[in-house]
This record gives sequence, C-alpha cells and structure tokens, in this order.
Amino acid sequence: MTDSKYFTTTKKGEIFELKAELNSDKKEKKKEAVKKVIASMTVGKDVSALFPDVVNCMQTDNLELKKLVYLYLMNYAKSQPDMAIMAVNTFVKDCEDPNPLIRALAVRTMGCIRVDKITEYLCEPLRKCLKDEDPYVRKTAAVCVAKLHDINAQLVEDQGFLDTLKDLISDSNPMVVANAVAALSEIAESHPNSNLLDLNPQSINKLLTALNECTEWGQIFILDCLANYTPRDDRESQSICERVTPRLSHANSAVVLSAVKVLMKFMEMLPKDLDYYGTLLKKLAPPLVTLLSAEPELQYVALRNINLIVQKRPEILKHEMKVFFVKYNDPIYVKLEKLDIMIRLASQANIAQVLAELKEYATEVDVDFVRKAVRAIGRCAIKVEQSAERCVSTLLDLIQTKVNYVVQEAIVVIKDIFRKYPNKYESVIATLCENLDSLDEPEARAAMIWIVGEYAERIDNADELLESFLEGFHDESTQVQLQLLTAIVKLFLKKPTETQELVQQVLSLATQDSDNPDLRDRGYIYWRLLSTDPVAAKEVVLAEKPLISEETDLIEPTLLEELICHIGTLASVYHKPPSAFVEGSRGVMHKRLPARTGSGEGTECPDVGNAAGGSAPEAAPSIIPSQGDLLGDLLNLDLAPPTTTGPTPSTSGMQMGGMDLLGGGLESLLGGDIGGSPAMGAGFGAAPAVMPASLNAPVGGGLGDLFDLGGGVGMPMGAYIPPKTVWLPAMKAKGLEISGTFARRAGVIQMELVLTNKAMSVMTDFAIQFNRNSFGLAPAGPLQVLTPLGPNQTIEVSLPLSTVGPVMKMDPLNNLQVAVKNNIDVFYFSCQYPISMLFVEDGKMERQVFLATWKDIPNDNESQFQIQDCHLNSEAASNKLQGSNIFTIAKRTVEGQDMLYMSIKLSNGIWVLAELKVQAGNPNYTISLKCRAPEVSQCVFQCYEAVLKN
Amino acid sequence: MIGGLFIYNHKGEVLISRVYRDDIGRNAVDAFRVNVIHARQQVRSPVTNIARTSFFHVKRSNIWLAAVTKQNVNAAMVFEFLYKMCDVMTAYFGKISEENIKNNFVLIYELLDEILDFGYPQNSETGALKTFITQTGIKSQSKEEQSQITSQVTGQIGWRREGIKYRRNELFLDVLESVNLLMSPQGQVLSAHVSGRVVMKSYLSGMPECKFGMNDKIVIDKQGKGGGNGCQSIAIDDCTFHQCVRLSKFDAERSISFIPPDGECELMRYRTTKDIILPFRVIPLVREVGRTKLEVKVVIKSNFKPSLLAQKIEVRIPTPLNTSGVQVICMKGKAKYKASENAIVWKIKRMAGMKESQISAEIELLPTNDKKKWARPPISMNFEVPFAPSGLKVRYLKVFEPKLNYSDHDVIKWVRYIGRSGIYETRC
Repeated sequence: MTDSKYFTTTKKGEIFELKAELNSDKKEKKKEAVKKVIASMTVGKDVSALFPDVVNCMQTDNLELKKLVYLYLMNYAKSQPDMAIMAVNTFVKDCEDPNPLIRALAVRTMGCIRVDKITEYLCEPLRKCLKDEDPYVRKTAAVCVAKLHDINAQLVEDQGFLDTLKDLISDSNPMVVANAVAALSEIAESHPNSNLLDLNPQSINKLLTALNECTEWGQIFILDCLANYTPRDDRESQSICERVTPRLSHANSAVVLSAVKVLMKFMEMLPKDLDYYGTLLKKLAPPLVTLLSAEPELQYVALRNINLIVQKRPEILKHEMKVFFVKYNDPIYVKLEKLDIMIRLASQANIAQVLAELKEYATEVDVDFVRKAVRAIGRCAIKVEQSAERCVSTLLDLIQTKVNYVVQEAIVVIKDIFRKYPNKYESVIATLCENLDSLDEPEARAAMIWIVGEYAERIDNADELLESFLEGFHDESTQVQLQLLTAIVKLFLKKPTETQELVQQVLSLATQDSDNPDLRDRGYIYWRLLSTDPVAAKEVVLAEKPLISEETDLIEPTLLEELICHIGTLASVYHKPPSAFVEGSRGVMHKRLPARTGSGEGTECPDVGNAAGGSAPEAAPSIIPSQGDLLGDLLNLDLAPPTTTGPTPSTSGMQMGGMDLLGGGLESLLGGDIGGSPAMGAGFGAAPAVMPASLNAPVGGGLGDLFDLGGGVGMPMGAYIPPKTVWLPAMKAKGLEISGTFARRAGVIQMELVLTNKAMSVMTDFAIQFNRNSFGLAPAGPLQVLTPLGPNQTIEVSLPLSTVGPVMKMDPLNNLQVAVKNNIDVFYFSCQYPISMLFVEDGKMERQVFLATWKDIPNDNESQFQIQDCHLNSEAASNKLQGSNIFTIAKRTVEGQDMLYMSIKLSNGIWVLAELKVQAGNPNYTISLKCRAPEVSQCVFQCYEAVLKN
Repeated sequence: MIGGLFIYNHKGEVLISRVYRDDIGRNAVDAFRVNVIHARQQVRSPVTNIARTSFFHVKRSNIWLAAVTKQNVNAAMVFEFLYKMCDVMTAYFGKISEENIKNNFVLIYELLDEILDFGYPQNSETGALKTFITQTGIKSQSKEEQSQITSQVTGQIGWRREGIKYRRNELFLDVLESVNLLMSPQGQVLSAHVSGRVVMKSYLSGMPECKFGMNDKIVIDKQGKGGGNGCQSIAIDDCTFHQCVRLSKFDAERSISFIPPDGECELMRYRTTKDIILPFRVIPLVREVGRTKLEVKVVIKSNFKPSLLAQKIEVRIPTPLNTSGVQVICMKGKAKYKASENAIVWKIKRMAGMKESQISAEIELLPTNDKKKWARPPISMNFEVPFAPSGLKVRYLKVFEPKLNYSDHDVIKWVRYIGRSGIYETRC
C-alpha cells in the first residue's frame, strides 16, 4: 500500500521505461505501469505519447486496471481521436457483459469520451442500456443521455433518446427516476422553450412519490425540478407543499434548502388568509435556524439564502434574532453575513439587545468586521427611531477610542443620521471636528466635509476647516473634491461676507485646473448660479433634502423574486442572476415567482398571472411615464400657473457677494477658457433664464383654491368627510368631469370619485395613477369602472388607497397629483386630501408616554393656532374629534378653562400631540400642536378646524 | 453540476484531479492554486469566482478539496457532497492527509468515478460502496452477488447491504448534548439552548426494522398520558434525521422508524430551548479596590441529583490585561493564573450534585493611563455530566426482523447520556 511512490519517479527516459513496462507480459507489472501513468497525468505531465500502449491494457478482467485505463482514455481521447477508435470494440463488448457493474462502467465512460466517431458507436449500446433489466445500468444510462446531448444535441433528438428518458420518469426504481429528472432538467435548460420536462399533475405525483424513496442527492434533483413547476391553482399548490414539508427534517442541508425553495415559491400562490399559509410560515423557521449549526461553509450558503428570505418574508424569522448573534469562533465570512441579517431583523422590540451586541463587535480584531459593525450601529439608528439617541452615544464612545478606522466609519454613518434626523444631534459636531486630522479615507473625508458644509453656521471655524482641505485639492479623490466644492458654496451662501475668497478659489480650482468633467460641470453650475441669482442659488444649494430611506442595500424586487427561485444555488450565494456568471444559453431564462390565483381561475402561463387583472391591466404602469412629464402637463393644463420667481430682497451683503463674483470671476472665465468656444458661451447665456423658472415651479404650485375646506355639509358621526368638490372640470378633460372627496372607513382610506361623462361618446378603459406624494398614497387596486360610461351618465366609484407607495415631499404637504386615463386620453389634475384621512386608529398614546414626548419635543416645534367661532363644549369637541381618530388622553380644568390633551398618529408613524384650550362661553379655541415634523402642523390644524366646524 | 474536483496539499500541489465536464479547462487547477491557496490575504469566502468559474472549497487539516463549476449549481449540494467525500475517504483509509491520499490515489479515482457521474452525486453511502469498491480488486462474483450489489446501490435502502450476520445482536445509543448558556451577573438567563445528537452504533443481523421513541412532548400529549409514569416530556424546537429515517412518517405520525446502516450513524440532531436543566450556576462577585486591585469571588453550584458526578470541570475567570500578580484560594480542585491567556483557570476533576464550591482571588493591577475601561469578558465554564440537560429520555428502541429468528428481546441494548458544556458563560 505505498502507491505514493508513483508520484516520485521523475528520472529521465521515464516515458520509454513506462512503455516497456506497459507492454510487459506480467499482469502485475502492467498494472503498476498504468498506475505510474495516471500519477504522472495527475501532476500535469504529458503522457499522451503512451496512448496506444495504455489502450492495449484495456482488455482485461481486472476491473481496477480497466478503470484506470478508462480514466486515461477520458483524459486523452480528445487529443488522439484516431487512436481512441481502437477502444470502441472493447466498449461495445463491455456493454454486453453479464456483470451489470461492467455494463454500467462501459456506458458511463463512453459518454465521457468526446470524440465524434466514438459517439456514433455509443448510440446502440446506450439504447440497450436505457432498457436494461438492472436499475444500476439504467440510472447510469440516464445520465449518459445528458452527456451525449452535451456533445451532440441533434443526435440525441434524432435517435429518440429524449422520449426514452421521459419514460424513465415512471421507472420503478427511485434512483433511476432521480437521475432521469436530473438529465432532463439539464437538457431542458439549454432548450428554454421546449416542453421537454412536461410537468403536469400526474408526473408531479410520480416525482413526489419517488421523493420519499430515493437517496439524498436524488431528493435534491427532484426538489430542484419541482421548483420549476407552476401549479394550476392554490389547492394543487397546497397539496404539493404538504408533501414537501417533511423534507425540512432531512439531515442534508441541501435537501432542506431545496425544499425551502419549493415552499417559498409555491407559498406565493396561497391566499394569505388560509390557515395553512400561517402553518407553513411557522414550519419554515426552525429548519432555517438549524442550518446555522451545520459546518461553516454550509452556514455561509444558508446565511446568504436567509438574507434573501428575510427580505422577501421578514415575518418568518422576526423572532429569531438571537441565533444570528456572532460567535467568537465563527469564520469571518459567517460573521459578516450574520451581521447583515441582524440589521435586517432589527426592530424596536429587539434593538437594545442588538445594540449591545454590535458594541461588542466593534471592539473585535478583524478590521472589515469592525467596520461593518460600526456601520450597522448607524443603520440601526436610521431604522429604529427610538434607538437613534443610544446609537449616537454609542458611536461617540467609539470615536473616543481613537482607533482610526472606527472613527472614520463612525463619521460616515453619523452623516447619514444627520440626514435622517435633522436638527437633533448636531451637538456632537464639535467631537467630530476634533478628529478631522485623522481621516485619511475618501468616504470619511467626504462625509466630514459634508457635515461641515451643511452646518457651517454652527461651526465657528468652518471656513478654516474647509480651507485646510483645499490645500491638497488635486490630490483628493473625486468624491472629496465634489463634496468640498459643494460645502464651500454652502458656506459662502451662509456666511457670504467672510468667505468670498474661499469660494473664488474653489471655483477656479474646480473649473480651471481639473480634468474631471463632473467636477468642472458642477463648478460651472455653481458659478453661474451664484453670479446670476444668489437667491435662486440659495434655494437650490440649501434646499431641503429628501429624507433618506430606512432600509439600505435592499435587493431590487424583481431580482429578489428571481433569486428566491434560485434558493440554494450559486445565484443565491452571489446574489446575482445566473446570467451574470454563467456562459452560453444556460441560465439566460429568468425565473419568476408564480402569481397568487383563486382556485377558480387557472393561469396557463405564469406571465399572464403577473398582471394585475381587472379593467385595464396594461395601462396602469404607463400612465405617468416620469415625474417631469407629469409636471409639464400640469403646467400646460394651467392648473398650477408657474409662479415666476419673485426674488425677495435679501440682505445686501448677500447680493453684493454675488455681484462681486459676477464682476470678477465670470468675466475672467468667459474671457479666458471658454471665450474661445462660441457654443459654450451661448449655452451660458441661455442657461440662467431657464433655470429659475423650472426650479421654482414645483415649489410654487398652490392649488388651495380648488379645495374648499370651509363649506358644504359634514357628516354628523364618525370620521369627518369633506364634501365633494370638482377636481377636473369637463372642459379640461374632453368631456370627463371628475369630482370627489376622501374618506376613512374602518381604517381604510378611500378616494370617492364621481365620474360624469359630459361628452357625446362612450368612455371605457378607466385607469388611475398617483404621482409620488408626501405620505406614499397609492391606489390599492385598479379603478373599478367595469361598465362603459355612456353620454350623460354618472358613476360613483370608491377607490381604496394604501400608504405604501413611493414618497416625495409635496408642497402643500397634502397635495396629490393624479392621472386618470380612459379610451380618449390621459388627464392630469391635482387635489388636496384632508390629512385626517391618515390618522390611524391606534393613535391613542399612553399618558406617561405623552408627557415624556411632549417634553422631549423642542419648543421650536410648537405652533399655536386659533379656531374661531366654534360653539361646542369640550365634551362634544372631544367626541367629535375622536371620530376622526384624534384621541383625547387627558383633560384638566384650570380656572374655568378646559385643557384637552390629544394625540394623533399618522399612517407613516409621525405622532402629533395637541393641547386644546376651551373656555366656557368663548367661541374661540386655542390649539397648540407639537410634532417632531413641524411641517404637518398646519395641515393638522386645518383638520381640526374642519372637523370641529362640521 | 460539478465540473471537476481537485485535491491539493498545503503547498498547492495537485494530488487528485478529476474533470467531469468539458467546460472546465486544464487551467482551472492552476487558477484555484494561484487565487486561493497562494492568495496573499486570508480567504474571505468558501466560494470563489475566478473568471466566470466558481470554486467551492473545504479544508481538512492541511488538505484542500475544491469543486469547480461554470454553471449555476446547487451550492448547498456541492458542500454537502464535499463533506460526504471526506467521510467516504475517512471510512476507507482513515485520516485525510497528504500521505494517505497519495497512497490511495487509485482508490480515490475509483471512488470519484462511482460517486460522481457527469457531476451529479450518486449513492455515496460507505456501506454500499464497500461492497464493490475494494482495495483488493474485485473478486469474481456470482450473478446473485452482482445483482444484489446493484440493487443495493440503487435501491431504497442504499445505506445497508443484505445478508449481514452477527452472533450477538447488540446496539448502543448515545445521547450527546451540548448545553449553551449566557447568564447575567444577577443570575438571569439571557439565552440558553441545547443542541443534541443521538448517535447509534448497531450490530444487528439482516434488515432490522427499528422504531425509536423518546419523551417528545407532542407524542406524549397525543397519547394522553403525559407525565403519568414520572416521565417528563420535552418540547423539541427542531430536529433533523439521518436519511434512513422515513420523514413522511415522522411528519404525519411523529414516529421515528428506519432501517439503520450497519455500524455507527448519527440518527438525529435536535435543538431545545425550553425547560433546560442548567447543571451549574456560576455566581460571580467582582470588587474593584482602588485603581490597582481587584477582588474576585466566584461560587459554583451544581444543580442535579446528588448521586450523579460531573467531570472535567473547568472555570475560566478572565483577568485585565494589566494584571501584575494574582493570589488564588480555592476550596476544591486546582487554580492557576495563566498570564498568556489573561485568565485564572480553575479545574476540578469531579463534583457531585447539589454541592457548591468557591474560589477567591486577589488581582494586583499595574497602574495605567489607559482611559478605556476593562470590558470584563464573561466567565466561561466547561464540564461533562452523565445526563441529558434537555431532559430527553429514550423511551424505547424496538427492533423487528421478520425474516430472521431473533426478536426485540434478544437484542442487547445500551443507552448512555452525556451532557457537555457548549458556550456556557456568565457575565460578571
């Protein structure tokens, strides 16, 4: 047993010696020689010269020797096709051998020899072997069909092997079934449109039966194949799920993951209110957790998949946070993945634990891991508002450690926290500034510069700080350069008198000395803006920034759906579609999750199922092509007359700063670099005229007149519903008149529309779409106008709305831009909804919490309003308000004055606290509103007024 | 599917190379060596993509096993296969080492030819493989023997061959548990779970049909006699089974029935989190005396039947980095300050249940100007106890062999419970 000696012979003339040995008469010597040849082959030596001699050893009863020769053949046949023919006879003979092991060996090896001439001879033996009496031979032959298909697809089809292979799916032996399934799946993958794997309820049933009986590997092949099937309805889906769930207890993690894939996919079709749906969700969690006790490599695969599952269905693992806590001995790749999932699962309920863990991790050794942990703390702050304060203080503690990369990472995330919670944590800026010198990474430098620029008015020496960066401007990365440019312009707009020189300097650095077009362009824009209209510049540069979203690096939904269909595979490990890393035709086909269907309507093709169904499915997504277009159309409709910029006179210092710049900078600019190019010059001349108008348009769209809050009849009970108003007059919409209002009924926001056809022709194909708006209002379903609307007919439609649409801050806050389409055209209008529609039912705050929150919100956020001419007593007012989900928490009477304390919760989680003063006999109420987002106060006040007066 | 499989030694020299698919070129062998084995930094992932070719690797001692593919393969399956490959090799020739692999390279090629066909894993149960892949070359078999082999390899019970005979039918069941705990200084359990395994070693003749029963809460409650005979039932969070167990039967009736492989196998793995018996409680007391001295007192209490003995007890008390000297007094066992590990290690050979023991230590500290406070890592503990901390009890293991004439009563059965500490920590 010392075969290792074969690895060591390296003397010269070896090939010659081997040749002699191979032709020896002694069997033992022959075998030894072949072993030596294989050893040489393994270490990469070229032993192809021995081909005829080795093939001569093929005719032997010694199975071990035969296998070695076969191994050699597989390696070298391609380079010596003519000589490989010598082997054919033996193969054909072996395929007739009485010993099934030898028959199988021959057919298995023949399939691996990729020589055309041999392939021709393979067909007959293969046909026999596919119908062999021995299952071992059949299962080998099944795989051989896939091999042959890889060499010559046409041949396989011509010879009818595919049909034989399909028949094997009904074989009595489970392993034959499994291999046939594997082979067919592979062949089907290279013919995406063939109906090769003709999956129907009968064949699925056969597969599910074989599933219980075959080897662990066979179960994987079958489950992976099942995952490609689209059940006809939810009942079939459920019955397959029921038969797949036992696999979740298999010891083989791959079987478990493939079962999870099938379940995740088919679950998509089950109605959510079904009991079984809930049961299935519960069944999925324990096996996923158990995967984390497997070997580290498998844990890694499992974690990458769990990352996808958590994004798709967060409810499955929401209570399992603890199992993702990092263990000291986990390999780094497991640690990093666990951290990712921890952040995804972080919520108000578990945030304390998570933060404690993250703080521990931030003191570990591995730099990447520590960085990610620090970043995770920042992400928690952004995700869970209640924890923001603790996160910030944790980050400050970490900054105190002065560990370079920790500090840099912390600064990057603190920038994001500033973005999310403006005007809350700026007190920490001083600490950050202390660490300015230690920052050497572009991202951290850029973040710090952003902070300095953004809060320039609070940092006394902001100009010095920024100036210090400016010295090495050209050595900085683009990211830092761009940030520095913007920050200095911000600084200039905030402190114009002291920083003129600085801004001149940075503008000339950016525009004259830089090769980077992005940097130059930004420089020119600022320069132009500052020199023409400093007020506009201020509005542009210092404009309020949109809030950053809570979740970061989420996988895009369509990709996520595709990856869910690939659970367990490489695609799910890379988080990339197979087409990104697989060559050729394989994997080009994109997989999709099936659509939910009722048991009645069957979906023949999964593509159709994805459309919404209902009145006008294809129209829905295309109504508003982009925000810009809508805006343009709105302007044309004259609904919102573009307010021309009335530059309000500002401080003279400001103006002067701008003028100076124009005098000095721009002239030299035009005269110097640009002057030579007339086209550029012309462009410059035109630009400022256009810019202010288009930039100001969205801000100035005041549409209040359309929405009459005061008049009309009110509802005596329940939520306040404003009277219907005309939103779209018939003359502007080719005869379609739309009026409507908003209501909240049983927790559902509804848009109640009255559509009147004042034209002569019939209108059909109605669809509706909203532009992005402040609270993410979006239609929860299609517009249900099922019958055509005849001339002079009126129809009332109620459209349920959801609050999960895309968000963009509007002005006024409760403005909603709507597009309605019918068979004639697309029409745009905008309307305002009473913000009380968004007051949710669980808006009653605990007294203690109310007190604490009231104190916690800074007084700057408090606004006071007068409600005049209201003749209700405090009791009646409180009742009336309650109907609109404005909850009275406490009442206090001081000197004949009733003080009512109330709370309101908006659908996006914003709390508004109110104090209402009612004095007996005085029809004028005073109301104070406190809210972390003071912008909403005005709208809330309007609601109070509307509710109380109706 | 798997396109090829390579085995390297620690230097990156190829010991075994078997290519299954045409899309894997000869340069793949070198690509992995250069980019992973010889890579400058530590490898950050067990899956590496080099020029659109994916490499999966596992390491056993200093041997690298790498599977390579160009397709979107089932990644979990590839790793499971690599582990299985290691198991098979170990079963054939012992430890996976360069020497053993070189000595058995012909055998390994033969195995690779059998258990992987065109990159699809085939039956890889050692029991079955050993019937027809032998190191001595195949003896001439009779026709019956041949068909027996093939039906076993492809059959429903691929893990066991027919015709096994023992004079004495005997089986051993080991319930091996590791108990994990994280406790607050006040003695509050922050997290605790048991991960357990039931390992079965069987020497049974024929094709024995076995049925395994334990005090699973769901089963006991269903039978309606929970706790009637003093047998407490336990709630199992999740369990997985060896492939011999009929899963659909478990899913439907929660009964565990199977035909075991011959010899040793891991029948099931399970996890519990409820009603765990924590064999030890650690009560720490740390007092800072001025800036240069710490007083530590740790009491451990054993919490199980007095008749049982815990073994190999070790308590590890971390000390600050600036420790200059330690004085330890303990009532039982031996305690030592190990400067290199920054800890006091206290070892007790044996301890009976319902006892307590204590250690006190004075730690002298060097004055430092380090503002950062000592993070106080948790006190960890190791031990071994002769019972299952989850409370799991084997109720029965019945054996039926209809064709041979031995009955359940003739089988000699042994059951053993061992509870070990996993990560067993108390914060201080």
